[in-house]
Amino acid sequence: MQPAVEFRGISKHFGAVKANTDVSFSIAKGAIHGLVGENGAGKSTLMSILYGYYHADGGDIVLDGQVRQIRSSQEAIRLGIGMVHQHFMLVENMTVLDNVMLGTEGGFRLASHRTEAEAKLREICARYRLDVDPLATIHDLSVGAQQRVEILKQIYRSANILILDEPTAVLTAQETASLFEILRLFKEQGKTIILITHKLQEIMDITDTVTVMRAGRVVGAVQTAQTSKEELANMMVGRPIENNLPRGPYKPGAAVLEVKGLQLKDGAGVSLLDDIGFTLRAGEIVAIAGVSGNGQSELMEILSGMRLPTGGQADFEGKPLPFKRGDADGLPLVFRNLGIAHVPEDRLRDGVVKNFSVMHNTFLGYQDHIKGRWGLFDFKHIAERCAGLLKEFDVRPPNPDLRIGLLSGGNQQKVVIAREVLAKPKLMLVGQPTRGVDIGTIEAIHTQLLALRDAGVAILLVSVELEEVRALADRILVMCGGRITGELPINEFDTTRIGLLMGGMHKS
Amino acid sequence: MTTNDMPRWATGIVLPLLNLLSALLVTALVIHLLGEDPVESMQILINSAVVNPEGLAYTLFYASTFVFTGLAVSVAMQAGLFNIGAEGQMYLGGLGITLAMLAFDATLPWYLLIPAGVVGAALFGALWGFIPGYLQAKRGSHIVVTTIMFNFIAASLMNFVIVRFLIPAGEQNTASRVFSAGAELPRLSDWFPILGDTPLNISVFLAIIALAVYGVMVSRSSWGYKLRATGLNKHAAHYAGVKISTTIIVTMLISGALAGLGAVNSIMGSTHYLSLNFVGGAGFIGIAIALMGRQHPVGIFLSALLFGALTQGGFDLSLEKPNIPPEMVILIQGLIILFCGAMEYLYAPVLIKLIKGKQA
Repeated sequence: MQPAVEFRGISKHFGAVKANTDVSFSIAKGAIHGLVGENGAGKSTLMSILYGYYHADGGDIVLDGQVRQIRSSQEAIRLGIGMVHQHFMLVENMTVLDNVMLGTEGGFRLASHRTEAEAKLREICARYRLDVDPLATIHDLSVGAQQRVEILKQIYRSANILILDEPTAVLTAQETASLFEILRLFKEQGKTIILITHKLQEIMDITDTVTVMRAGRVVGAVQTAQTSKEELANMMVGRPIENNLPRGPYKPGAAVLEVKGLQLKDGAGVSLLDDIGFTLRAGEIVAIAGVSGNGQSELMEILSGMRLPTGGQADFEGKPLPFKRGDADGLPLVFRNLGIAHVPEDRLRDGVVKNFSVMHNTFLGYQDHIKGRWGLFDFKHIAERCAGLLKEFDVRPPNPDLRIGLLSGGNQQKVVIAREVLAKPKLMLVGQPTRGVDIGTIEAIHTQLLALRDAGVAILLVSVELEEVRALADRILVMCGGRITGELPINEFDTTRIGLLMGGMHKS
Repeated sequence: MTTNDMPRWATGIVLPLLNLLSALLVTALVIHLLGEDPVESMQILINSAVVNPEGLAYTLFYASTFVFTGLAVSVAMQAGLFNIGAEGQMYLGGLGITLAMLAFDATLPWYLLIPAGVVGAALFGALWGFIPGYLQAKRGSHIVVTTIMFNFIAASLMNFVIVRFLIPAGEQNTASRVFSAGAELPRLSDWFPILGDTPLNISVFLAIIALAVYGVMVSRSSWGYKLRATGLNKHAAHYAGVKISTTIIVTMLISGALAGLGAVNSIMGSTHYLSLNFVGGAGFIGIAIALMGRQHPVGIFLSALLFGALTQGGFDLSLEKPNIPPEMVILIQGLIILFCGAMEYLYAPVLIKLIKGKQA
């Protein structure tokens, strides 16, 4: 049988950067094909070429045996290629139906076409068991439902080849499961799916074949059934990945942080945090596991001074943290001066100023600590400090004058972590340190955090990745619905039990 | 490559020059349509604004005011605040000077009187910036809306104050009385007679000092760092411990004070009395200068010079060419704002292609 898609010697350069070099592989019709690789390995460039955003410098794309020139995304859509982007392309205040029709309105008068479109949409929903109300407004939908709308859009435009870019990055475990069911249905209907992901477990769960890319080249093309997560990881990084990072013996010291009865209610009186209490000691990593959106973000914001609690208290080194009345304006600086460092969960929103240079971001939050003569910055000293930091934490490229927005997510995160580590904190709050970060960098970040723990720093980690929790934690707290639903030491790590606690089921 | 990744010489020099050239080309077309010779008109304009020493003095005089209003808009822009209200703030600055003069010009010697006027200008300008700043910081009222409204309020308030209280008895002119000689800023023509009877005064040095202080504070102080962080990413600024609402209020105080200082040149350097509508659009030109100069001290300086030259040269042009109305200056300014502000990146795609072609 002819493959649905075949890449033949695709090359693409951006200036001196070779994003794709001689990429060749094919995808069978009706297969779910995984495309994995670290950030910057060239997956997105390749898919952008297939979808008509970029034009390849060399090589051919063959669809169903025919060489095709895809010059624009309209042409790609006409050839039956659909793409679901990581960041949704939906008009938030329009209905599902309007979003799906957008671009295919078919004439000046909408009304007649609309009824037709609605019928077709309902038919598609039924056939693929996509649970979406065509008349619902997008901003009322959950993230998972919004993603289903994106998929609907592609089927409506009769896509036969569906590209999904990191589709599970924003989904909960249940939503991921139901997405995979939809994908399996597609497969049964003979559609071809290309799945780009970081998560190797998902590759193992759902794909038939996998292509691994590294530095713009294909380094492996295998049947999923004949490979393993470890083999894929090694191919991606180009060297064996250490699963169990070295760590010193567990010797917790004095209590650094004691949280007692912490509460947070929003303006409407809805409880976001309810009676949170725990103790964190020097030299230990306590991980908070849970599905995202269950109060972890709020807890971290309160402990870093970015937000005020509505009740309860938190003692830092035996003294209550000085939550003031009114607003939290300026409070993060007070907490930072006490010795609390914070690696924020939403790096681009809170952790960096995208349009500042890398160097200017290396002292965000510490701008008052590095003043020189007459209260002015001594840029010679700052540049030296920055050069050392970039080298020690292996930030690539090590160019202090680059806007940090141009760095990959992993390298941005290295800058943030480096900045906070350099402040020599007593307590480090770390939110989702490896979200959107590739495997090689994850290892580097984990090593860094473990070294900090061994040096006697108390670390509070929030992560939705159980793999990460298992790799780092000494103790695990599980949160659900703004409450702590359970606690267990790392040697009692049990995915099923944690899963139940994450779902709010207390052990009986 | 996107416009963000273009080299600095391209976005900072080549693009503004191309935009400026486009504005002048359209101007030339309009002059041609009015039945005048564009080349000759440009010669008159340049001659009167730059070549002739008296004309140059006027250019620098206007530019000194524009530096202050340009700085006022720029400093607010650094914090992400679009201060449309420099016009009203400068107007109130004029009231500050006038009240100080009316109170002290009979008693204080010049070396106290002049500082008193400067402080009055800054204080009243700052007050007029403070209220919109406070409303933005504490109540979330959008600064663009409030500053526009405050321009209107300033115009009405000044109308009332001048007509009701400041016109000397028996006078018809809508202006205050003339201040005593001690309140006059030393003119440069006192030292350089070649400048003739022109109002260019020591404000031009104050303007340069203000530019230098602004440059150092914004790029080298932790205050400027916090200001820019607030402007670029409020969430990250909050994370960094910046007091956002304080920053907004302080920035608007400074912005208003700078706009107010623009009145020092106009009143203490030139007219020596407060008249109705003496600002004459200098505050709005400040917006164009901040945009065109990209809030960089050198850029602000050059843009202020350009607008000073246009004001002076355009004025003379309309005197010499009967077909060209005085409003031509406003047309040229409008075109420059259009090309340098609204269509800032018009030539960026072409330029990107050229740069890329060279690299490949």
